[in-house]
Amino acid sequence: MANDQVILLDYWPSMFGMRTKMALAEKGVKYEYKETDPWVKTPLLIEMNPIHKKIPVLIHNGKPICESLIQLEYIDEVWSDASPILPSDPYQKSRARFWAEFIDKKFYDPSWKVWATMGEEHAAVKKELLEHFKTLETELGDKPYYGGEVFGYLDIALMGYYSWFKAMEKFGEFSIETEFPILTTWTKRCLERESVVKALADSDRIIEYVYVLRKKFGAA
Amino acid sequence: MAERSNSEEVKLLGMWASPFSRRIEIALTLKGVSYEFLEQDITNKSSLLLQLNPVHKMIPVLVHNGKPISESLVILEYIDETWRDNPILPQDPYERTMARFWSKFVDEQIYVTAMKVVGKTGKERDAVVEATRDLLMFLEKELVGKDFLGGKSLGFVDIVATLVAFWLMRTEEIVGVKVVPVEKFPEIHRWVKNLLGNDVIKKCIPPEDEHLKYIRARMEKLNIKSA
Repeated sequence: MANDQVILLDYWPSMFGMRTKMALAEKGVKYEYKETDPWVKTPLLIEMNPIHKKIPVLIHNGKPICESLIQLEYIDEVWSDASPILPSDPYQKSRARFWAEFIDKKFYDPSWKVWATMGEEHAAVKKELLEHFKTLETELGDKPYYGGEVFGYLDIALMGYYSWFKAMEKFGEFSIETEFPILTTWTKRCLERESVVKALADSDRIIEYVYVLRKKFGAA
Repeated sequence: MAERSNSEEVKLLGMWASPFSRRIEIALTLKGVSYEFLEQDITNKSSLLLQLNPVHKMIPVLVHNGKPISESLVILEYIDETWRDNPILPQDPYERTMARFWSKFVDEQIYVTAMKVVGKTGKERDAVVEATRDLLMFLEKELVGKDFLGGKSLGFVDIVATLVAFWLMRTEEIVGVKVVPVEKFPEIHRWVKNLLGNDVIKKCIPPEDEHLKYIRARMEKLNIKSA
């Protein structure tokens, strides 16, 4: 679109922001990235996301769009001429939405608690996380991507978490490659895409960040 | 309502007093889609429900020509895309985005926060009431100048937010805690009146007396005492 102004308020370790960056890159959308620490409530963040005051916030021609999955749908609809993110078939689209919600509503909690908890709670959290990884691997099956032959919405939704996988493995004391080989092959396939690689934070830097967070959470 | 093709199979596994289930009925009825409703006993889940929704094991599940769709917001979008008469989502991408945002807000913020009142008394309960009111104020402001959240007619967010109008506000009636007082939320109360003026809403929300009785029984089971 001519004269489009696209701004992304984001914070470097956010798995949600990484999704939005992937989607924008897939669509070839130029945007201005504004590093925004969500713990520091800048006036712009408060104005653009007065309810949640969270990142990422996508600002398109001055109008804010909040929530990463909603942002993906918006990007797909507005820049609809570029390669599609969501399936066009209503049923396939509903399945993509269902599993994306699964990631955010079920997978998310144990995905951070695995490095933020200890003792019995940690054991329960790890078990739950592994179950969810298994469920997600089963849903992928023998498809190259979650949507079938092409990279799309659900791949973006889960690859947003990829930078955190190493931290989950370290503190959860398990290996994704060993336990979930099909999922591992899929991650490698996704990592062949420039849109994915450029959007992702460095896994080792995330681990350093986790050490900082663990001190805050009293898990050290 | 006009009949759809007889070859089409539309089934809804739901529960009569569930806001998530009822919103699907509202959308189907608004679209003039005939469907078979299968009441589920959520304390004793049928093998059909477990088969159709093995991940969450929850109602509602819409079965369209044998294919199951779960999660009420996902189902609503599916219905709107499949049966295009009487669209419930806005056509404009940005407005559609805002409808999705407000719908998530109702389910993930208002509902989740309001539910925390269960089992709480005294200052703890007051804090939950206050937090819920803070969230409802965003909805209040969104309603200014509109008959419905969808604008001039019933829209996606109105359907979703029947949860506030007929579940939250009826529960408040039973529990005896003023969460949505009219002096603080005049727009919401005006909106509820408008909803009650809509034939589809009237037809699809649970009958008030039965519903209040049900809520009272559930509250007693949860050991909530009236203020």
